[in-house]
Amino acid sequence: MEQYVHSKWKKLIQPGMVHGSLYYDDEIFKEEVEKIWFRTWVYVGHVSEVPNVNDFVTKSIGPMPVLMVRDRNGEIQLLLNRCPHRGNAVCVQEKGNRARFTCPYHSWTFSNSGELMNYAFPEGYEGTDKSKLGLSKVPRIAIYRGFVFGSMAQEGPTLEEHLGGARRTIDQLCDNSPTGEIEISAGFLRHRTRANWKFILENECDGYHPGFVHSSIFSVSDSAIGSLYGNDAVAVTRSFGNGHTEVDPRPEFRRRGEPLSWFGTTTERLPEYTRQMKEAYGEERAREIMIDGSPHVMIFPNLFIAEIQIFVIQPVSANESIQHSTAIQFKGAPDINRRLRQQTMGSVGPAGFLLADDTEMYERNQRGLEIRDPEYLYLKRGEHRERRDEDGFLIGHSTDDLPSREIWRHYLSIMEAE
Amino acid sequence: MAAEAEVIDGPDILKEWVGKGRVFSKTFNPELYHEVQQFVFREARLQDIHDYDAWEELWSDDAIYWVPANGTDTDPERDMSLIYDNRSRISLRIRQLKTGRRHSQTPPSQLARVVSNFELIESDNNDIKVMCNAQIFETNLRGDTMWASRNEYSLRRINGELKMAYKKVVLINNNKPIYTLSFLV
Ligand code: FES
Ligand SMILES: [Fe+2]
Repeated sequence: MEQYVHSKWKKLIQPGMVHGSLYYDDEIFKEEVEKIWFRTWVYVGHVSEVPNVNDFVTKSIGPMPVLMVRDRNGEIQLLLNRCPHRGNAVCVQEKGNRARFTCPYHSWTFSNSGELMNYAFPEGYEGTDKSKLGLSKVPRIAIYRGFVFGSMAQEGPTLEEHLGGARRTIDQLCDNSPTGEIEISAGFLRHRTRANWKFILENECDGYHPGFVHSSIFSVSDSAIGSLYGNDAVAVTRSFGNGHTEVDPRPEFRRRGEPLSWFGTTTERLPEYTRQMKEAYGEERAREIMIDGSPHVMIFPNLFIAEIQIFVIQPVSANESIQHSTAIQFKGAPDINRRLRQQTMGSVGPAGFLLADDTEMYERNQRGLEIRDPEYLYLKRGEHRERRDEDGFLIGHSTDDLPSREIWRHYLSIMEAE
Repeated sequence: MAAEAEVIDGPDILKEWVGKGRVFSKTFNPELYHEVQQFVFREARLQDIHDYDAWEELWSDDAIYWVPANGTDTDPERDMSLIYDNRSRISLRIRQLKTGRRHSQTPPSQLARVVSNFELIESDNNDIKVMCNAQIFETNLRGDTMWASRNEYSLRRINGELKMAYKKVVLINNNKPIYTLSFLV
């Protein structure tokens, strides 16, 4: 049996080749839910989404909704919104502020850290141990610089081990804030997508497509993004292992040597932000940070930090996904924050100048797989020019399929495990 | 009955969707009503047939085109919106569509919309304020999609012609995941 399972995945995922069924097969999707979404670390939300005691917001782990709560002690909790009695939802609001959740069906009441406080007509439950009937929780929760992750597995690697080298990218993002903290406070756009979640995952660090998929907007605006993904680009793709990948444009930005060029602006146009950065980090370090800019990293399986916005990828079924997107806000930096929101609103979401067309591609890919020949997708671009950087991470040209190959390598290792 | 005289506030949860109270005009000016309707019908037709230039012409120079997300009266200066375009971004949107390489509109969505339930609302300046509902049938490569919205306009008479200074489109399902929306709504 072991042998069979082993060979099944090895057959579907070969070096630089992946089988189409990985994107449309319902059984494979169910197995992914168990082995990826309900086992590994999954990004859930950011602490700033629940700034006050008793705040809650509905998030998800895979297809399953999760309540992210700041309980009455200020601790972040990840509760499962299923009444232990007969399964009703204890909360149908998207977000709000509540110390208690009362199930509408038979009025069981829970504290916002999950304990069952009381039920209606308690005489009927004589001798019952209430402490066993609280709301279930996501077994493991860990927070890295405000980013809250959950794992449905009782045991496994720590979040820091899971993130590995990709931690640098989250640090790099936070460094761009003069307070060292970011906020997710503008609400999410939710983009329904009739395509498998992995098409989205693989596209995030695909530097091969922007020049074509986004040529319409590049040609009518003075965007400098195009030059990062051309044939002569010096930007690289990198794999951190564990399925985390990035497009690293810093070589290009360092060549330009202009602070805030990454954001298509200048220090003169953001004087207050620039002043705050210098005050926080000192002249030299502030300049370095503002030249390097914010990262473009896909944290497996669902958190995409795209310089100025985040995307959270949610799988719904083999053929359907949701992209949740919002602007990143740098805590305490209002002048850059407005631009971050404006630029994000223009680019992403169902009507975005960029994402409407990316999503069109995902959906066409998905329909394309109904054609069963060829059986495999071809991901070999740049295989011959993969190399290691000084930290030992695999890197390639910004237009290479290296991120996809590395995502699939990690995927294979997860799916092969029992 | 007492209830008739009172303004009955709905529960907060409803207000999020219906939006703040508005004062609907009780006086009926048939000529203005007709003119406003004809203008909005024309706008709808230009959107349906993707006549981008003619549609862009309808806007005033200081226009705002707003499609909020997650509610009706959100704060576009704080909260994410599906579209929050000033005049220059409206024109960028049009220029992108006109390249012919806006893939989500290549081929363009086939559209027919019905606009109805026109009501004029009290205005505190010279703009004419109108609310109406719209339903749009879209078919494209993905399939068929129905859209429904509550729309609000500020129209302004400039050199004798009506122009749109403000258009707000509140999609009824804007708190849910929605498909790509790259035609002019
Ligand atoms: S289902 Fe919740 S109290 Fe009965
Ligand atoms: Fe893209």
